[in-house]
Amino acid sequence: MTFEKVKNILVEELGLEEDEVKLESNLKDDLEADSLDLAEVVINLEEEFDIEIPEEDYPKFVTVKDIVDFLEK
Amino acid sequence: MSKRVVITGIGAVTPIGNGLEKFWEGIKSGKCGVDEITSFDTSDFSVKLAAEVKDFNPKDYMDRKEAKRMDRFCQFAMASSKMAVEDSQLDIERINQEKFGVIIGSGVGGIETIENQMERLLTKGPGKVSPFFIPMLISNMASGLVAIKYQAKGINMAVVTACASGANAIGESYRKIQSGQCDLMLTGGAEASVTPATVAGFSAMTALCSATDKNRASIPFDKDRSGFVMGEGSGMLLLEEYDHAVNRGAKIYGEIAGYGATCDAYHITSPEPNGLGAKGSMEMAIKEAGISNNDVDYINAHGTSTPYNDKFETLAIKNLFGDEAYNIPVSSTKSMTGHLIGGAGAVEAIVSIMAIKDGFIPPTINYKNPDPECDLNYVPNKGIDKEINYVLSNSLGFGGHNTTLLFKKFKG
Repeated sequence: MTFEKVKNILVEELGLEEDEVKLESNLKDDLEADSLDLAEVVINLEEEFDIEIPEEDYPKFVTVKDIVDFLEK
Repeated sequence: MSKRVVITGIGAVTPIGNGLEKFWEGIKSGKCGVDEITSFDTSDFSVKLAAEVKDFNPKDYMDRKEAKRMDRFCQFAMASSKMAVEDSQLDIERINQEKFGVIIGSGVGGIETIENQMERLLTKGPGKVSPFFIPMLISNMASGLVAIKYQAKGINMAVVTACASGANAIGESYRKIQSGQCDLMLTGGAEASVTPATVAGFSAMTALCSATDKNRASIPFDKDRSGFVMGEGSGMLLLEEYDHAVNRGAKIYGEIAGYGATCDAYHITSPEPNGLGAKGSMEMAIKEAGISNNDVDYINAHGTSTPYNDKFETLAIKNLFGDEAYNIPVSSTKSMTGHLIGGAGAVEAIVSIMAIKDGFIPPTINYKNPDPECDLNYVPNKGIDKEINYVLSNSLGFGGHNTTLLFKKFKG
């Protein structure tokens, strides 16, 4: 469920096809997200999950799984 | 000895058609691009009409992610640049990238982005403002994006002179090639300002027309004119140094022969009442081309349909040309396109070039009631088929900016 929501945000914000986003996808290398893209994704995650993600946590997000794990914590 | 500058590629996204062919067909057939505003709810606005770009799908010109990261004015600039580059058949792998520049004008840049993000700031707080807010709003991002796309590594900048931005961008680009600094310049203007704040702001100045009849709204030089109709879109030209164009066997649309730019230094928005600034810019362009006043075959006027502009521009033309003014066809194609603000000078440059190439003087459409203060030949309602050699295009902007481009038939 969390993965589905994260996937939808990534598809929308990064202009991807659904099947491109997998748990193990590397945000930078596989999904071609630069630092601005990642910041935009975070804003959308914060809205979707109604949370605040501190800026110092951004570097923890390397793969899609990192985001999902963070949100499920 | 300054170098000759020719036009070898054209792209346009306009309220009367996208692509050079459709745009020029629209101009020739006297199509009116004015209609009810669809981009926002106008219930609380006195202004109901605008000349919006129709049938524009950014995905025809860029991928989904790129489109999402660009304000609409940049999407227009990217689309018309793509058309211009394709039209020119320039092989960008085989040019000197350091001598390929981009100058694009825009009056208000990413205003839609500003409005959207301001709402986020005020309703959701500073932490919810997009990281793309700044790169999407800055006016110079159009030229930045175009350079990335075509690897244009020469001079790159935006020109901001309100309604003259597009014309100044072309004029400054002309200088870059004349001087030998660049071989190629992608240049023009782009605007996407049919937004609530912009319409409210221009309305507050009483600069916009609040008519509801779309054929009686953008009516330059007509006695009943009451303000301009906001347009949107982009025009882009590929300018090329003459020998560079000839050596690669490029198709040549026409030549730029003069560029005049002055400032009224008079008032923030009102034109100087004797039209001296606009007279000066026309005079400067004619002098540079080394022609005489009576060589001018047609003037594509700024002609916004505001009471002041049309009156003072008429006066400026009469002051410069004297009695000869009555023999020169003067038309405003804003009667068809509305006022594209920073894009206006660029799409009107295209009209001027095509008028020469095609031997057709475009009309001022929806012209009905003559104004004694505007008594020139405005080519009312029907264009004229005529071989022409020299065309002046005027662009006058808030801030007192007066810009004139002079186009010449290409004769080898």
